[in-house]
Amino acid sequence: MVVSCEQVWREISNYLEEDMEPGLRTSMEEHIRRCKRCTTVLDGTRNVVQLYGDERMFEVPLGFSQRLQRRLEENMPRSRRSFLGWMVATAAAVLVAGSFELGRSSVFSHSELRSEHAQPGTGVPPDMMVVVATDGKTFHAAGCPFIHDKAHLRTIAAQEALRQGYAPCVRCMRKYLNAG
Amino acid sequence: MREEVTSPKSPAERFNEETLIRRIREGEHELFYELIRPYERRVYSAALAILRNEPDAEDTAQEAMLKAFKHIRQFRAEARFSTWLIQITVNEARMRRRKEHAHLVDPIVDYQDEEGNYTPRDFADWREIPSEILERKEIRQELAEALEALEHIYREVFVLRDMQHLSIAETAKALGISTAAVKTRLLRARLMLRDLLAPGLGGTWSSRLHFAKGTKPW
Repeated sequence: MVVSCEQVWREISNYLEEDMEPGLRTSMEEHIRRCKRCTTVLDGTRNVVQLYGDERMFEVPLGFSQRLQRRLEENMPRSRRSFLGWMVATAAAVLVAGSFELGRSSVFSHSELRSEHAQPGTGVPPDMMVVVATDGKTFHAAGCPFIHDKAHLRTIAAQEALRQGYAPCVRCMRKYLNAG
Repeated sequence: MREEVTSPKSPAERFNEETLIRRIREGEHELFYELIRPYERRVYSAALAILRNEPDAEDTAQEAMLKAFKHIRQFRAEARFSTWLIQITVNEARMRRRKEHAHLVDPIVDYQDEEGNYTPRDFADWREIPSEILERKEIRQELAEALEALEHIYREVFVLRDMQHLSIAETAKALGISTAAVKTRLLRARLMLRDLLAPGLGGTWSSRLHFAKGTKPW
């Protein structure tokens, strides 16, 4: 069977998918061997499939999973089975928050912040995931356009960020500054 | 030619997924995140393929997951959970796209046209390219821009099939089109991307592709 260039182009995808009759495949291979143009079309199309199929081609935004989890938690009714667990968690959170408040008043005074000019936050949820730059002074929500050093970012819990002296970003964390 | 990532799951995984779904239906809602975690990337990329805007895609991905949770009782065990989830995402993203473009005249896509033959451009050469070039951010950027330039009917098919490695049948199901349409659009998408990228990646690499964003050079 003799195939034309047009037929090769029409079937090139199926050829790459190995989804064709063996007879047609053999004819295409014969044609491609002799035809420079069809060889470049095949090579190029194969390159496209391989390059775009690579995992590196696709990244989810930083903090995507944490934000998704939070949104799910906020919108899901509590399950009955976990009610007891929830009570325990609430009690633990109250304890943590309590000790955190104590800690903040005694240890994290204003001067302990990395920046002299920053305001300490109030009411920051301790388990909220935030982004900090190693040498930065403030913590941010992921994706905040005011993150300066994007090359050295870490995602940590807000309570850890506060413990390390980071202050809330005046833009993306504004709501925690009101009472400060 | 490549490993089918979405080939049927091992019985153990499948069992685990079925068990999770049953327990969620019985009220253990907190297990839902465990169920969807393996598909986070895929859901986000399906939304991004349709919306082309990261914040919208993220919001839509979240909405789709919530919808899946709300309607988990409607999920039928004979379908694959991942395909069902992608279908929900595609619908959500399309709804948002329609809403946001409501003020524009809906472009009438000539679906007949896609049956027509496509003539790939005649370039000198584009031999195999080592995938290491993807370490370069500007290369990834060029590839992403070329993909954005595709008309959405081609981009959707290409992303689900060639980037997220859904099978032809799953892609068809997720998009609500026939497998024949998937194959035709996939061919067109691959050839168009090849034509867009070959001049740069084939050797005479230029820092910009020779087309403006949103225009079609073919």
